[in-house]
This record gives sequence, structure tokens and C-alpha cells, in this order.
Amino acid sequence: MSLHHYLVLGALLFTIGVFGIFLNRRNVIIILMSIELILLSVNVNFVAFSHYNGDVSGQIFTFFVLAVAAAEAAIGLAILVSFFRNRATIDVEQIDSLKG
Amino acid sequence: MASPLPDIKLVLLLPEIGLSLLAMTLLLMSAWLGKESRGRIATWAIAGIALVAFAMVSLSSGVPPSTTLGGHFIDDQLARFMKLLLLVATAFPLLMAGDFLRQHALESGEYFVLSLFSLLGAMTMVSAGSFLVLYLGLELMSLPIYVLAAYQRDQLRSSEAGLKYFVLGSLASGILLYGISLVYGATGTTVIHDVATILKAADHVSPVAVMGAAFVVIGISFKVAAAPFHMWAPDVYEGAPTPVTAFIAIMPKIAAFSAFFRVLFEGFATLQGHWGPMLQVMAVISLAVGSLGAIAQSNIKRLLAYSSIGHVGFLLIGLITDNALGRQGVLFYLAIYIFMSLGAFCLVLVLNKGGVGDEIQNYAGLAKERPLLAFLMAVFMFSMAGIPPLGGFIAKLYVLMAAVHAGMITLAVIAVLFSAIGAFYYLRIVKIIYFDPTCEPFAVKVGLSHQLVLLISALVVLGTGLFPGRLLAWTQATVQSFL
Repeated sequence: MSLHHYLVLGALLFTIGVFGIFLNRRNVIIILMSIELILLSVNVNFVAFSHYNGDVSGQIFTFFVLAVAAAEAAIGLAILVSFFRNRATIDVEQIDSLKG
Repeated sequence: MASPLPDIKLVLLLPEIGLSLLAMTLLLMSAWLGKESRGRIATWAIAGIALVAFAMVSLSSGVPPSTTLGGHFIDDQLARFMKLLLLVATAFPLLMAGDFLRQHALESGEYFVLSLFSLLGAMTMVSAGSFLVLYLGLELMSLPIYVLAAYQRDQLRSSEAGLKYFVLGSLASGILLYGISLVYGATGTTVIHDVATILKAADHVSPVAVMGAAFVVIGISFKVAAAPFHMWAPDVYEGAPTPVTAFIAIMPKIAAFSAFFRVLFEGFATLQGHWGPMLQVMAVISLAVGSLGAIAQSNIKRLLAYSSIGHVGFLLIGLITDNALGRQGVLFYLAIYIFMSLGAFCLVLVLNKGGVGDEIQNYAGLAKERPLLAFLMAVFMFSMAGIPPLGGFIAKLYVLMAAVHAGMITLAVIAVLFSAIGAFYYLRIVKIIYFDPTCEPFAVKVGLSHQLVLLISALVVLGTGLFPGRLLAWTQATVQSFL
């Protein structure tokens, strides 16, 4: 396994995450999953670079990203619950009360 | 193998330490003490911010710039200037929030605690010497703001604003992070200064580094709502509670522009040929979206969102010029922008009738009923339009002068054209206020804290327009020490 393989994996995960946010028309939960996927792709990159550069700071970065991702997911779900209470749906197409 | 401990100078971190202690104390207070303590928490939060500002100014005067924690944390003139702006940009929206929260039965200590944590994140971001600290500061700044945007949790508009802000904000951090990982891969370090050294020493520019830099720039651009990454701004500004909108409109912009300073001028200084054109395109699109998008808006908060996108276009021009005048212009513009926005949002808050509608038509005939409020609105709108002798004019003038100095005549002409189009909608508000017949009476009472915010904002906007010398000298000193 060379660095390239890991980078391609990271890029694929990142792309899937970004497309998951923009192309997904059904469910906000899928958007939350896509965000997690983006953060995981970054972690793959960091660990791969860290291993091949022989420098540990990338792996330290990964721990911070994991911690922040947990906080982010918690806040995202909390906001989603509060939205669901008002709108009674989490359909992406229904998030449309604000527009100009 | 024992590695040496990095140098730790806690004195440099004192503002952040004090602020985090304050925020945590208030969090405990709001959990333990009863409902009657809520007023006290507001007073404590604002007094605490004032104390931190005072301590920062008095402790740092005459202290030479330095770094600590192994270069991860920078304390220099730029950080001090930006932190002062951040403290103002947090304290004033908190002052505005008290009455609003009481009126909507939202009073709780958490509002103030969240604002303080967000401020703490922004201050960390401003002092960031490495991408790790930059990212952590950015997240600590953003996460509380998502919650604040959704703070009126029984209102659909507010929770929708929070949700939209959360999704696009998280996407932005993801993009930024991906960029950081690429830059780390290309250079093997996350410290911004070392990244610059390695990029300078390299005989050819690695495409991985360029791609990483592009992703980092896009990630930060999302945070300042520069077009084409502005889609969230109008919805979030409209849906969020008005004091939160004022906070969102100014605080993250200051922090993100400091990040631009650190990343573009220090870390990616050698990649100027790559990020320069990128920012130029973004600046032009921001100016266009800001001025053309606002014309069709009937909601004042949405209109101010588009107006802020236009202001970001100007600020980006200041960055692109890459000369001292442009950087000074950016700092000056940010300082004025804070007070213009604070004043405008405070008026929106004061004039809001019934809690939902912020339509511009509601302001018809304001001048006959409340001439002073109408005059203030006119001052802030004229300043945003860049009409002399107000602060906004000097700010725009400096940015344009810098662009002309750098030989970017086309860009300067485009900026002037779009700001002329922008003047149209600012003047339309003034026209509605002064010349349209009143449709319903204005039963507004301006509380003491709102009077204070309006007075200070108006004084700064008028004062810097007539006597810009002091602020100009201050921003110039800040920029020169940064070079």
C-alpha cells in the first residue's frame, strides 16, 4: 500500500461527502452522515501523511478532529430535533420557510 | 527519548484564560442559581468582557510581539487589535440582547455563556500560529453560534436558520480541514510560519500545496460569506433572532479576516500568484451579488445580509492588493463595519413590531414620528453606501486607493460601479423612512442599553468620518508591525 492509495481513498470519501450534502434531497440525517464522512476523509489523509512523513503531529491533529466531530454531531442533532418539533419533518425539500 | 517541553508563557494567554474562567463560572451560576439570577449573569458577562478588554490593553502596552506554545500561539499587534474589535463585537450584541430575551421569554444564562465561548474561540483563532489552533478556534467560535441562531426554539424560522447555518458551516470546516491536511502532507508541518519557510525553500511549488491552499481559502470564505459561498447568509440573517444576527454579522468576519491575514500573508505568501486571482474573482462576484441581490429584498435583515456580502467584496479587494495600504484599509473597514452594522441591527431590533415582520415598508413615515431614530438610520445607511463625511466613505476610499496603488484599476472601477448600484437600495430605505406616508403608528420605546449602543455606534461612524486620523494611525501601526 502506498501513500497514493490512502490519498485516493481520502479524496473519494471527501467527494462522496460533498455530493451527499448537495445532491441529497430526502433526509437531513443523510447530510449529518455526509459531514461525518468529510471529517473522516480528512482523518485518513492526516494519518497517511503522518505515517509517510514520519511526523507525529498529523496523528495528534486527528484526535482533535475526532473530538470536535463528536461535539459537532451532538449540536447538529440537537438543532435537528428542535427543527423537527416545529416542522414535524426532516425532509430536505421542506426546509424552505426562509427565502427571498 | 525525552523531548524538550515547548516554551509556555501563560501571561500571553491571560485574556483567553480569564474569559474561559468567566464563561465557565457563568455556566455554573446559570445552572445553580434560580431565575432571579439571570439579570446578574448578563451584567457579569458584559462587565467581564470590559475587564478583559481593559486588562488586555493595559498589560500589552509596550510588550513586544512574541509567540508561545511552540509557535502555536501568536501575540502581536494584529492579534491585539483584532481581539479588541472582537470584544466590542460581542459586548454590544449582548447589551442589545437583554431586552429582546425578556420580551420573548427566552431569558437564560446560556445565551451569554454561549456568546462568551464563541468569543473565546474567535480570540484563539485570531492568535493562531498553526493550522491546528486555527481549526480549533474556528470550531469553538462556530459551534455556539449555530446554537445561538436556533435560540428561539419554538420558532420555525429560528431553528431553520440554525439548521442551515450548521450544515453549511460544517461543510466549510470540512473543506478547510481537507485543505489543511493537504498542506500538512505537502510541507510536513502545521505551524503556519514553518509552512511558509518550507514553501519558500522549495524549488518548485507542489500542486498538493496549491490545492490545499485553495481549499483553506474556500473554507474561510464560507465563514465570511463571500460569494459564491454566501448562500447561507440571507436565510440565517433573516431567521436568527435579531441580536444574534448582529453577532453573526460581525464577529465571525473579524476572526475570519484575521485568519486570512495569517494564512495568506504569512503561510501562503509565496503562493500569491495562485490565491490572488481566486480572491479577485470572489471579490467581484461578492460585489455583484451584494449590490444586485439586495435590490429585490423587502426584509431589512435579508437586505443587510446582502449588504454585508458587498462589504466583504470590498474587504477582499483590500487583501488582494497585498500592500500595506490595502491591509490598513481592511483593518479600518472592519472597525467601521462593526459599528455600522451594530447601529443598523440595533435600530431593526428597536423598530421591530410584533416580533416577526422586519419589512422595510414597516418603516414608512418613521421620520415624522421619531425623527431621531430616522436620522440615525439615515446615518448608518449613508455610511454603508459610502457617502462622505461618514466612516464608511473613508473605509471604502482607503481600499480603493490601495487597489489603484497596486495597479488594479479595473477592479477599482468595478468596485465603484457596484457601490453606486448599492447606494440605490440604501437610499431607498432612507426615502421610505422620510417621504412615504405612515401606515401605522410607531409605539417603540428605546431602552437604556439600546440608547447606549446607538449613541456609541453613531458617534464612531460620524467621528471616524470627520476625524479619521487616530484610527488610521492605529491601523497603520498595527499593519507595520505585522509586515
